[in-house]
Amino acid sequence: MGLFILRRSGVMLLTALCLTFIVFFLTNLYPNLEKLAKTQGNFRMSDEAVASWLDANGYGGSMVSKYGQWLGVLPGWTRETEKGFTGRCMNGPVSAEVAAEAPTFCGILQGDWGYSTRFKDDVSTIIAERLGNTGRLMFWVLVLMVPSALIIGVLAGMREGSVTDRSLSTASILTTATPEYVSGVIFIAVFTSSTVGLKWFKGTATSAMDNPTFENFFLPVLTIALYGMGYIARMTRASMTEVMTAQYIRTARLKGVSFHNIVLKHALRNALIAPFTVIMLQFPWLLNGVVIVETLFNYKGFGWILVEAAGNNDIELLLAVSVVSVFVVLVTQLISDIGYVYLNPRIRIS
Amino acid sequence: MEPLSTLEIAGRIIYQLSPVWFSLAILFAASIGFKRRLGLYGKLFDSPIGMIGFGLVMFWVFTGIYGAMDMIITHDPLTQVSGMKNKVPGTPMSGASEADYPYYLLGGDNLARDVFSRLVKGAWEVIKIAPMAAVFAFMVGITLGLPAGYYGGRLDTTLSFAANLILAFPVILLFYLLVTPEIVATGVPNYMAIVLFIFPIVFVGVLLNSRYYTRPKVRNLVLPLILGIIIWFYLQLVSNGGYLINTPAYSIPGLPRVMDFFDIPGGILVVFVSVVFVNSPTVFRIVRGLTLDIKTRDYVAAAQTRGEGPWYIMLWEILPNARGPLIVDFCLRIGYTTILLGTLGFFGLGLPPESPDWGSTINDGRKLLSIYLHPALPPAFALLTLVLGLNLLADGLREESLKD
Repeated sequence: MGLFILRRSGVMLLTALCLTFIVFFLTNLYPNLEKLAKTQGNFRMSDEAVASWLDANGYGGSMVSKYGQWLGVLPGWTRETEKGFTGRCMNGPVSAEVAAEAPTFCGILQGDWGYSTRFKDDVSTIIAERLGNTGRLMFWVLVLMVPSALIIGVLAGMREGSVTDRSLSTASILTTATPEYVSGVIFIAVFTSSTVGLKWFKGTATSAMDNPTFENFFLPVLTIALYGMGYIARMTRASMTEVMTAQYIRTARLKGVSFHNIVLKHALRNALIAPFTVIMLQFPWLLNGVVIVETLFNYKGFGWILVEAAGNNDIELLLAVSVVSVFVVLVTQLISDIGYVYLNPRIRIS
Repeated sequence: MEPLSTLEIAGRIIYQLSPVWFSLAILFAASIGFKRRLGLYGKLFDSPIGMIGFGLVMFWVFTGIYGAMDMIITHDPLTQVSGMKNKVPGTPMSGASEADYPYYLLGGDNLARDVFSRLVKGAWEVIKIAPMAAVFAFMVGITLGLPAGYYGGRLDTTLSFAANLILAFPVILLFYLLVTPEIVATGVPNYMAIVLFIFPIVFVGVLLNSRYYTRPKVRNLVLPLILGIIIWFYLQLVSNGGYLINTPAYSIPGLPRVMDFFDIPGGILVVFVSVVFVNSPTVFRIVRGLTLDIKTRDYVAAAQTRGEGPWYIMLWEILPNARGPLIVDFCLRIGYTTILLGTLGFFGLGLPPESPDWGSTINDGRKLLSIYLHPALPPAFALLTLVLGLNLLADGLREESLKD
């Protein structure tokens, strides 16, 4: 088991390195750097001005060396200008003495996530703050999505082919066919607009960042939860129907155990093994939903900074965003593998 | 003129869509009439769910096709008519001449364009990209997944690692990185197109060669002919205006213009390539899993004993026996591609801003959603019904193929 986790962690690390390098490569292509220079400097810069701006701010040089600096395995760049020394590890132009004391390496290995050109702030503070907002959103999504999906799945799978099964299955197909930007728009139209006149909820979740209430937070949560719910419910249903045809269920029924007890005591635990994996593997999709819903409801969380960072080619923020999301994806995969072994004693990793 | 009532709007839309109803009626009559001779497709008409799904899908397919032929639309989807901004459905068109259709059936959007015509044109945007993208994703996934599952070992490890790598990317981040004008300017999508579009050639080449290599006469005739045509199409697809790659810094010459009959605009190409790129790892995983399962069967062992080559076994023994799950997944994949295209439009990536595709229209309409519902809701429902149709169709196919 220990060896398995170790090997998986190695693969995770390799994946994260490859992915960040791909992000790094794409964001550091020259047209992207040119756009960055022009938004940071001014839009009418000549080609020479762009080149000198890039060099002065440490965007010159080869891709590999810049990536090494970001990782913290190569010494950070320094430049000497008339205002003093500037460099990756220094804040603005500083005198020679301060420059001499600044650390040589400052990458993520040293815990320095860099500086965001879009928000003019340290990347680590931005990420921590926004991730908290999204964490709250995700928590309520899971609280709403997982129990309701499991209940729907179990109810549908309990008696295959019944009217309950048919209607619940169709409902779950309907939710999987409704991407967040469609269901979100429909919810906003029905529940918040003055045209329909229901006005039960608020159409934006901006105020929910400080003061989440049912009124301003329920619609974003529901929108994300619905899309994932159908899929988990269908998986639970498939697993439940399979369990209900198993020999031991038939034995229990022949013994005269009540249907109620068969479902709750004999079938349920075995039927919930497969959905556990599915729920864990849903996290990457939830991340997508978060980006769409945060844009739609103007909730400034992790998804919102992804859009902002990508739109403004904010390289270091974007890299931090991808590190975090890759980490979430890979850790949930690992948890799903390990949890599967614990839930299902028939499987042993060897 | 008086604005139309709801009933009149519905009536006029139904009338406007009459070519679609007509085609659907013919298609269903013919299919139900001959359903016993049509294999799996015919069996679809035994399941009500499958029929509803197929009907919804074909409704949008016909709407898209006829819309592209300018048959259903009432106005030009890009023309802005003064005085029609944000007008509610059924408003008479202001300043309409004799030749104009006298009403905006589903109202006007915030740029005073006809919502109904944009909706119909938007169907074509989906129909022309989504199925093709799914086909290409399947070609890539099958060509790589079969050997990965069949040979296993280091090849499998490498390919699976690459697939998991792409799958670990949040899709929207990948789109934001790939589908920007800056990336198009560097030529990255063109390189990706050159690589990704090779897979269909490899697939067809190996497919035919493994079938006919025992009969050199047939093979020497069929293989060069078909491969020649496909390669010609491939070159037309990847070369634009005589160049494979054309960036300000350098360019690589491609097929001369004389032989190049169609060009794909950079915006569409990058959308297409990224959608294929995002979808193929999932197909790869499915094909690999199916291959691992099927290669232990007796008929594969029999083929190995007969001395058949590995590619013959993969493409003519394993692949046909994996078709059930693959067909089902193909329907789901088209639906997923439709959702992805909508996502791209929703974030304003790739497609031109005035494009009538559903994602962009939803994005335009959502800003005024608290006052005007009619510009955003029709494309939202259109996307919903198309994806729902594809999901129901997949469900029907799964049910019917399990009955065998």
